[in-house]
Amino acid sequence: MKDGTKAKDSKGLSRRAVLKGTAAAAGVAAAAGVGGFPTVWAQDIKDITVRTIGMAVSNMVPLQDMANEALDFQVKQTAAQIPDIQARGLTQPKSADLFEPPYMLMKFMWPSGNFQAWDTTKLPQWGAVVDLYKTSGKIWPDAWFGHGQNPSMVSTTSDHLATDFVDPGSTKWVTNHPVLHNADTLGIRPDLIGRPIESWSELVNPEFAGKSALVSFPAIGLMDGAMALEAAGQVPPYVNKGNMTREEIDQTVGLLIELKKNNHFRALWSTFNESVQLMVSGEVVIQSMWSPAITAVRAQGVPCIYQDLKEGYRSWTLGHLLPRHVEGKKLGAVYDYVTWYHSGPAGAFFARQGYYVVTPDNTKKYLPEAEWDFWFEGKPATVPIMDPFGNLMEREGTVRDGGSYKNRMGRVAVWNSVMDENEYLTDKWNEFITA
Amino acid sequence: MASTRSSLQRFSAAFQITPLGVTMLLFLIGPVAVIIWMSFHKFNGFMTLDELTVANYVKVFTKTLTLDNYLQTAKMVAITWVVTLLLGFSIAYFLVFDLIKLRTKLLLFMLCIVPFWTSGVIRLVAWVPFLGKEGIINQVLIGIGITDEPFQFLLFSEFAVLLSYVQIFTLFMMAPLFNVMARINRDLIEAARDNGASSWQILWNVIVPLCKPGIAIGTIFVVSLVVSDFTAIRILGGARVGTISMSMSNQIGMVQYPPASANAMVLLVVLLLIVGGIMRVVDVRKQL
Repeated sequence: MKDGTKAKDSKGLSRRAVLKGTAAAAGVAAAAGVGGFPTVWAQDIKDITVRTIGMAVSNMVPLQDMANEALDFQVKQTAAQIPDIQARGLTQPKSADLFEPPYMLMKFMWPSGNFQAWDTTKLPQWGAVVDLYKTSGKIWPDAWFGHGQNPSMVSTTSDHLATDFVDPGSTKWVTNHPVLHNADTLGIRPDLIGRPIESWSELVNPEFAGKSALVSFPAIGLMDGAMALEAAGQVPPYVNKGNMTREEIDQTVGLLIELKKNNHFRALWSTFNESVQLMVSGEVVIQSMWSPAITAVRAQGVPCIYQDLKEGYRSWTLGHLLPRHVEGKKLGAVYDYVTWYHSGPAGAFFARQGYYVVTPDNTKKYLPEAEWDFWFEGKPATVPIMDPFGNLMEREGTVRDGGSYKNRMGRVAVWNSVMDENEYLTDKWNEFITA
Repeated sequence: MASTRSSLQRFSAAFQITPLGVTMLLFLIGPVAVIIWMSFHKFNGFMTLDELTVANYVKVFTKTLTLDNYLQTAKMVAITWVVTLLLGFSIAYFLVFDLIKLRTKLLLFMLCIVPFWTSGVIRLVAWVPFLGKEGIINQVLIGIGITDEPFQFLLFSEFAVLLSYVQIFTLFMMAPLFNVMARINRDLIEAARDNGASSWQILWNVIVPLCKPGIAIGTIFVVSLVVSDFTAIRILGGARVGTISMSMSNQIGMVQYPPASANAMVLLVVLLLIVGGIMRVVDVRKQL
């Protein structure tokens, strides 16, 4: 916690500075100690509380403590489920100062006019953000662009209070400041399957009838189904499985209904914990899963692999949406918070949870080399690998599921998306549930 | 003097119902009005537009999905109603007529309430270790050789959902029945017996007719509870049972408020018709 100590010093300095009445100058000086970003309001910023609302995977006490240690103001994080985050963002934007929805909700949230764009010229860490959001839609030139809503399609807007989407890099205004991303795949129980799994097609393999599961969120569940059916050759290749036509939806749902009638799917899970429970109990041996759920299964001593599959990954991004009511000193605090978020310590924290903060070069500064090699380079662990809470996750010699950052985020087959036929899709999904 | 008093009384009555009235206005009438308003808004797949339309209702009434959802819901309601009625009636009968000591009656009645001391979600999750493939029931059945393969239908199925409905909703049927049965004048039963009625005849011709208001109230509870549930379907049904509430929940999850609101209004009308029908057949107020 080297950084925390430094931050404390700067806090003390700024308080004394208030007494002396030379606040502004000292504030800048103090901020320089933290990370080089301007904290011109440091004199009375400590009374400010930045309220964030996001998913439990990224809004948690240890991270909140880190932020409060490092920053001169208070950060109060609230964990909620996706529908609650979007409902509050749409109907009560003043109930938080920073919303943390997944990028896939951008078509719902951004046009609402409840949010203001980020001025990237005032974000000192913006330069460290990967290219995916800024220009090409690819982290590396040889990365896959992927089906569905590539984040670059919704990352940029024309003006501070605009509600449109424009080409990435064409303006300095960013809609949803990217925070974290990761690549999702199928989770499997290697001990109960007993053979190598290499393709998404295994999700619909009759061998696993009654032992497979899907996520119950309509758009995502359907995309996982589509990945599997396409890999199994049961449907012609999709033009865009992240934005299907009605015919493609009909065909996909039709096949999923057939599978359901054969009791192929043991369950559809709605929460993270349900997916963990399905896997731990052995009810299910192959299913859609989120990365921390894999960790939670392993923590109970049950073998579970986040299986690398040849068709690639289904990927997502969480971002920070800034509501319009935030202004003045609080706006400065929010910019400082986001800048801190991308400066490295949070990146190291989330790396140990298996997620990637979108400024990997900064993460590297705060992650010991052995851990960097394990989490980002896909090399065998040379030290015991701990999770963010200090529990042993992996022993020496193990390799991260899916390998390197590049192998995972460079092979995104489809991005979590809300399709143009969203309403039709939900009806069809409900038919699948009802069948 | 008399007129002052009666106007005072009238004022006092109005004063007494004000808290309930305000609560109902704020938390029932208000939200329902918002849902009605929302249900007439245009929806383009992503955004709710400031444009009024009946399209959401047209969709509800033209989709085959709606009928399928209601059929599935009706099935769940019917099965739950029959089972909770049989169980609720038997338990109430036992408590009222078979037990003599008042203290034993109340003690056993309180026992029925014990499951409600925990949260609803816990009550549901608690079934999982019993019903799962590796669950207690399957282990026992395999252990004593009744089956080689675990029974999958026990969990993540309609069966599991119905089981939890029966477990939790039987009380809502039993309590009103207990209430009306306890008020049955024992002299009526004595008189029937003196006139040579058999036990079966007494039950069918004396007790059951007098229990109708209790059955009606219990039915209203059970029907509305089953129709509005989607938590049990998520946790025990593996989200695979397609009731109307489950469809609405999925619509809300995809931020489709106007279509979901239209669905909700249709369901509300259906429920009001059911409740109205029950009220017409049975004079519930007589027994309150």
